[in-house]
Amino acid sequence: MKSEKRFIEGNIAIVEGAIAAGARFYAGYPISPSSEIAEYSSKMLPKVGGMYIQMEDEISSMAALLGASAAGKKAYTATSGPGISLMQENLGLGIMSEIPCVVIDVQRSGPSTGAATKPAQGDMMQCRWGCHGDHSVIALSPASVQECFDLTVQAFNMAEKYRTPVYLMADETIGHLRETVTIRELDPSEIIEREQPHGIAPQDFRPYDYDRDMPSPMPPFGSDQYLSRTTGSTHDEKGEFCPTPKNIDRVTHYLTNKIEAHTDDICLTKKLHLDDAEVVFITYGCSTRSAMSAMEQLRKEGIKAGLLQLQTVWPLPEKKIRQVLASAKTVVVPELNLGQIAGEIRKFNDYGCSVIQANRVDGILITPKQTIDAWKEGR
Amino acid sequence: MANYKDYMLFDKLPHTWCAGCGHGVILQAIADALAMQELDKHDVALVSGIGCFGRVDDYLDINCMHVTHGRALPAATGMALANPDLHILVTMGDGDCCTIGGNHLIHAARRNINVTAIVANNYNYGQTGGQYSATTPEGSVTSTSIYGHVEPGFDICKLAEAAGAPFVARTTPYSPMQIRNLIQQGMSVKGFALIEIMDTCPTHYGRLNKFGGAARMLEKVHEMTVPVEKARTMSEEELQGKFAAGVLVNKSREDYYTKYRRIVDSLKA
Repeated sequence: MKSEKRFIEGNIAIVEGAIAAGARFYAGYPISPSSEIAEYSSKMLPKVGGMYIQMEDEISSMAALLGASAAGKKAYTATSGPGISLMQENLGLGIMSEIPCVVIDVQRSGPSTGAATKPAQGDMMQCRWGCHGDHSVIALSPASVQECFDLTVQAFNMAEKYRTPVYLMADETIGHLRETVTIRELDPSEIIEREQPHGIAPQDFRPYDYDRDMPSPMPPFGSDQYLSRTTGSTHDEKGEFCPTPKNIDRVTHYLTNKIEAHTDDICLTKKLHLDDAEVVFITYGCSTRSAMSAMEQLRKEGIKAGLLQLQTVWPLPEKKIRQVLASAKTVVVPELNLGQIAGEIRKFNDYGCSVIQANRVDGILITPKQTIDAWKEGR
Repeated sequence: MANYKDYMLFDKLPHTWCAGCGHGVILQAIADALAMQELDKHDVALVSGIGCFGRVDDYLDINCMHVTHGRALPAATGMALANPDLHILVTMGDGDCCTIGGNHLIHAARRNINVTAIVANNYNYGQTGGQYSATTPEGSVTSTSIYGHVEPGFDICKLAEAAGAPFVARTTPYSPMQIRNLIQQGMSVKGFALIEIMDTCPTHYGRLNKFGGAARMLEKVHEMTVPVEKARTMSEEELQGKFAAGVLVNKSREDYYTKYRRIVDSLKA
């Protein structure tokens, strides 16, 4: 298997991860700070037999992804907060129609145009609850350039396995950070492809299945055996419009359960020094870097500090967060927003743990000192 | 010989549309056009949007992707590029095609994406109670323009032609055979084909604008058309309030996929 060390930025590593995972279709609309993903995809995809198309806006980009994925291609796009806002309706279409794809959000300061080139982590709730109606989503968040590669692969795997759009939530800092990383060809065993209806008689095939917490197999549009039917309307197993109260209820529960029932598989985390930790940083994305330094500094001072990095941010790794809340005295949550994830962590805090926020929304990365100061003031 | 029935889901009938609505005529014409070409239904995909006509996929036994309002064309764009062997039909109303989705229409035509767009233009939003759309003629009455509409309406065919569509045609539900033939002709074009059907909505638009009953409205939309050959001999004054029907544009232009594929192949070599 080919493998090479390269000194590249996060946005480039994301494209390498997508191509390694088998992505062959990109539709998008350029926006800072994600544009390198569009540029590098337009260069690399045709070299591997794939296609790049720059659509007229983010709404059509998301629609094109779903069309391409329905026809069997692994598809992705990259954008930032304003583009995520525009994509929400068709993201909901992807969730309801159960069409896999990967949406990369290189977060920037907002709302609106905000400070377009400054980092932020302000889209956490937008990605969780941006589209209307009850549903669950999967979102991964890289904290290093290596994770940009690795988690992009995981994002495609989860999208295919659970037949759903998956977010990769990077940020300006990680997207433009340069580090030495290993870019490698993946073993086929590391790549998940959507399940195919092998052995099912065409007349017995159903594009949807609500009896188990996993999606039905998904043949491509144009399969010579199976007819496909996808819709954003509430539908039955055949994909036919079915707005009965009973069906609306079971579809809504199913769309949530198929993700929430598999958190053990979906929730990826990294643990550092948690065994004896009294103060724990719970982090994700670029804020992890500052917290890592803070933790090391505190350890040097003899303070039992640890770190739980949420590589999966949605669904939140509840079990692992609860373990930390139950065992640590203090939890510090550094975020480049005003506490979007800290608030969620508090919902799990049945243990009297002190949950301290360290927030910054001025477009500048949070510093290790600020993270430590927040702990000192709040403990 | 294939029959239109081979492409229909009869257990879903009767359809949802009002008595006298032209959509059912277009539905059969679509199935007829597929039968005429004896297409394997696995090779045909229909992408539809939202609105009364968006429901057309409910009754067809082919691959169907039912998407959001106005976004049928970009979804079909992704599908057409991902699988160039599919015959893709895009069914839209005037809201889908040139109001909320107007931007996508001009870009799909400009890019020359290989799909056949079938537009049921009934001059209003029938499904939500007959509000005005971007094709509602100036002066006409709808549920949101009860004092008379102040905006001029789009000419969908002119819009598609100006944006670069290589095949543009127009007819009415008065002529089901012509709808069928134009769809078949559009599907034989490798590139963006658009067929506008000047449709009837006797429940809302027809009633508020005094078109008479459903049958009279059908006659009236037909009377508003002039065969394109004849229209070419008529002056601008003579064409006031009239619409050319038939094949309006039919030229050869290389489609997006073919051009992009050439780049992909050159990089492989």
